[in-house]
Amino acid sequence: MSTPFYVSPQQAMADRAEYARKGIARGRSLVVMQYADGIVFVGENPSRALHKFSEIYDRIGFAAAGKYNEYENLRIGGVRYADLRGYTYDRDDVTARGLANVYAQTLGTIFSSAGEKPYEVELVVAEVGTSPEGDQIYRLPHDGSIVDEHGSVAVGGNAEQISSFLDQRHRDGMSLAEALKLAVQALSRDTNGGEREIPAERLEVAVLDRTRPQQRKFKRIVGRQLSRLLEASDAASAPTEAPSDEETPDDET
Amino acid sequence: MEANPRSTGRLPAAFLTPGSSSFMDFLGEHSPELLPGKRVLPPVQGVFEAPHGTTIVAVSFPGGAVLAGDRRATMGNMIAQRDMEKVFPADEYSAVGIAGTAGLAVEMVKLFQLELEHFEKVEGAQLSLEGKANRLSTMIRSNLGMAMQGLAVVPLFAGWDVDREKGRIFSYDVTGGRSEEQGYAATGSGSIFARGSMKKLYREDLTEEQALTLVVQALYDAADEDSATGGPDVGRRIYPIITVITDEGFRKLTDAESSEIAHAVLERRREQPEGPRASLL
Repeated sequence: MSTPFYVSPQQAMADRAEYARKGIARGRSLVVMQYADGIVFVGENPSRALHKFSEIYDRIGFAAAGKYNEYENLRIGGVRYADLRGYTYDRDDVTARGLANVYAQTLGTIFSSAGEKPYEVELVVAEVGTSPEGDQIYRLPHDGSIVDEHGSVAVGGNAEQISSFLDQRHRDGMSLAEALKLAVQALSRDTNGGEREIPAERLEVAVLDRTRPQQRKFKRIVGRQLSRLLEASDAASAPTEAPSDEETPDDET
Repeated sequence: MEANPRSTGRLPAAFLTPGSSSFMDFLGEHSPELLPGKRVLPPVQGVFEAPHGTTIVAVSFPGGAVLAGDRRATMGNMIAQRDMEKVFPADEYSAVGIAGTAGLAVEMVKLFQLELEHFEKVEGAQLSLEGKANRLSTMIRSNLGMAMQGLAVVPLFAGWDVDREKGRIFSYDVTGGRSEEQGYAATGSGSIFARGSMKKLYREDLTEEQALTLVVQALYDAADEDSATGGPDVGRRIYPIITVITDEGFRKLTDAESSEIAHAVLERRREQPEGPRASLL
């Protein structure tokens, strides 16, 4: 029997983080962004059936980049958590903050337990409020930390570059078409600085729309509605739609 | 999961185990005490009284189905509640109305709604209308123990079948037996009178408005003969709950809309207290 090599805890953690980051970087990036009436999720996804975005609860949506089986598992866990909580207490008692905490604990425990392979996923949990000030977006990297984001967030392979692109251009109170256009522009940028075209059928788009009369605010935007929105954003590079929200905020993100 | 003191706050293994898309199955594995059917009742001596909901009626018409209910809940000879709501949306394309023990029935509806929503979120697709009707059947059956002690829940389920493109109605018995009804159905204490009324008034080519009037007529006739069914309460402005399910989904009539129908019916009954007359031959 041989004595195992000594690996410093710092090194072990760094290796695990490196492993997880590489896995996430292989996935396509996605963008979650606030607009005037809610929160929009935009990503490139060649599959019609395997979704990157989904509904967790009335006002809560979920987005994930990385390994499908791992984030799908977390997604279903989140749906179960939210439904059980809403059933035990009340629908209003299910919050994105609570869910993000549970995800963070789950990812953190898995990340730091030597017996388990770290999850190669990065999640976004978003909750739409009754007004833009009430919107919450949490980004959950592979190691179980939580980042409270405002305005826009990108996760996945090219996330840093896309984030900085979005940070410069995103402003509060954008219309859905404007936000969608900005997101697609950001996603079309390659790592090497070039640009490529993402056709509409490869886009996955969903919104948490606070103006929806139903209790459940999550809605996928597909087919004709999506192409109409993309055309609208092309036609009107300058915003033609009157800003639907009076709350014109003064802080630029 | 809140009850686990050793928990690190991470999702318990049961949450991350791939498996059934059913919320009831998940509850059964993770916290069976929350499932309504798992309760054991102590033996009861004498009559045990709890509020009961009464009459629910449903009518299908070429573009969908209408489900409506009166507002009364009774406890023995007393009126327990005047403005109870007994008809609920089950999901976007279906509705459920309940008669029987009010507390258990409302809980059953809550779980049924969640069951459909949970499946939809996990699978990314809706259950078929038959599938939904079968789930409800299972839930009633799990309440059989309670039903045998006098705490029965008997719902009526109506929905728009997206595949067959028509409105369909399902009725249940206390053991969970399910049967699809053609045209119209009723459940609850006033159901005998409501069914008689609908039998004479129902036609296959009803329009949506006619179907809405028909359910109010049936509920009026039920309230006329059955003390546990409440008629339109003009003084307190309490009118039947009326819901319509069409290819555009579930819709509950506003108070103003149902009051308008109720007033039209009341107005005619002032001249003809027994309601519309069907021809003899």
